[in-house]
Amino acid sequence: MRKVYLDNAATTPLLPEVREAMLPFLGEVFGNPSSLHDWGDTARQAVDAAREQVAVLIGANAEEVIFTGSGTESNNFAIKGLALAQQSKGKHVVVSAIEHFSALHSARTLEKWGFELTEVPVDKYGMVNPDDVRESIRKDTVLISVMHANGEVGTIEPIKEIARIAKENKIVFHTDAIATAGTIPVDVKELGVDALSLAGNQFYGPKGVGALWVRRGVRIMPLLDGGVQEGGRRAGTENVPAIVGLGKAAELAKASMSARIKQLTPLRDRLLKELPASIEHVMVTGHPQNRLPGHASFCVEFIEGESMLMFLNMEGIAVSSGSACTSRALKASHVLIAMGISHELAQGSLLCTFGLDNTDEDVDYMVKVLPPIVDRLRQMSPLYSKFIKASKGGK
Amino acid sequence: MPVYSEKVMDHFMHPRNVGEIENPDGIGEEGNPVCGDMMTFYIKVKDNRLEDIKFKTFGCGAAIAVSSMVSEMAMGKTLDEAMKITPTSVAEELQGLPKNKFHCSNLGAQALHKAIEDYLSKQKAQGEKKE
Ligand code: FES
Repeated sequence: MRKVYLDNAATTPLLPEVREAMLPFLGEVFGNPSSLHDWGDTARQAVDAAREQVAVLIGANAEEVIFTGSGTESNNFAIKGLALAQQSKGKHVVVSAIEHFSALHSARTLEKWGFELTEVPVDKYGMVNPDDVRESIRKDTVLISVMHANGEVGTIEPIKEIARIAKENKIVFHTDAIATAGTIPVDVKELGVDALSLAGNQFYGPKGVGALWVRRGVRIMPLLDGGVQEGGRRAGTENVPAIVGLGKAAELAKASMSARIKQLTPLRDRLLKELPASIEHVMVTGHPQNRLPGHASFCVEFIEGESMLMFLNMEGIAVSSGSACTSRALKASHVLIAMGISHELAQGSLLCTFGLDNTDEDVDYMVKVLPPIVDRLRQMSPLYSKFIKASKGGK
Repeated sequence: MPVYSEKVMDHFMHPRNVGEIENPDGIGEEGNPVCGDMMTFYIKVKDNRLEDIKFKTFGCGAAIAVSSMVSEMAMGKTLDEAMKITPTSVAEELQGLPKNKFHCSNLGAQALHKAIEDYLSKQKAQGEKKE
């Protein structure tokens, strides 16, 4: 059976070059970077080299890059750490309504700790309006955090404009660039941000490693106390193999970014066009143009995502969904709901994200396999039969 | 993908009794307040027994398997027997359900019970009319 992996937003595979770079650090090179001997030196040099590679990817200085255990940790660290470091100045934080849970829930935790939170809405494309951010600013606002792009609907946010507004008001601005760093050009100076999160498994690096960049001079409170690793900002013995892998992945991403974008964009565009053309009542979610290169997301009316996923999996296709039934909490995706999509329609959420292994044949296969699955589920759906009866009776 | 039993997968892939009945004796519709899903059961009753059952389901794999299983368990049963089908007995017949999918089995039993109640209340209304 054909195997088609269209879930690169969940995680990308590890590139062979990245694995090769990591291997020595899973074997003979095992020293602790903090140790004062040759073993330690070799490990520390490897970590520093990786820091440089990550810095180059985002146009930053290496000493401003802090390695973390995941994108989730980076976002937790940024939101909590940047707010807590400034709490004597004020206790108001602004985030968008469609942040990843690692950012949104961190902000809500701050609320429990006595901060006040404003969640800025998005339009039907999942786009934040910079004016809404401007209006949400108060005298006591100390942090604004808006993601660079949303991983569920692919929309790229107007970060430059929002960063400018934050700067005008002298407010620290963090962006969650987990969906973009290593995928599309990300330059911290050009974006004008103060802090930025990224994660290795979004651009063919290993899982369980991320980074937070914080501009020099911006204060952040550590979440983990302990030793003085990462300049005292993140204690804990470094995950050397993963950090080395992240560095290598960053280097490769930088070198081949435009080629990758050129490869993924036509696949995405084909699927965005061909799925709605081959199945009735399918809408594209997210921004039609301003979206991540490999990202195609939809809502299929009258059916539910998990059952779609299960049938697709049986055909060898891996995708994901923001339906309530697919979530552990049995809640529809907060992103789709914030975009004004009904709970019913959100049930049919379908997310296909392309990676470097995908080809035109994969698109062909998806477009061939999905329509009969949708048809089969619709034949079972009481919503569909109601719709058919209403449209027959009504006209 | 949730870890589903073989039985659940079988009913999900080959659901029994999908469809609608024209002029049914009873209809039961149940919405899932947790995730907004929906199940509709149609029944035909003869001599106090469920002569035919059909269903339509908008929901997850478990919900589809549950409705199929409920229809199979209730087919040919007396109304009293069918009213005794519980979410637990459905889940047991399906060789268990993942914990967070248990509410889907409520949906199935309730939709069937509603269809039977619908039938009974129609019967009663007819009886009253005759008197
Ligand atoms: S119907 Fe939604 S989880 Fe089963």
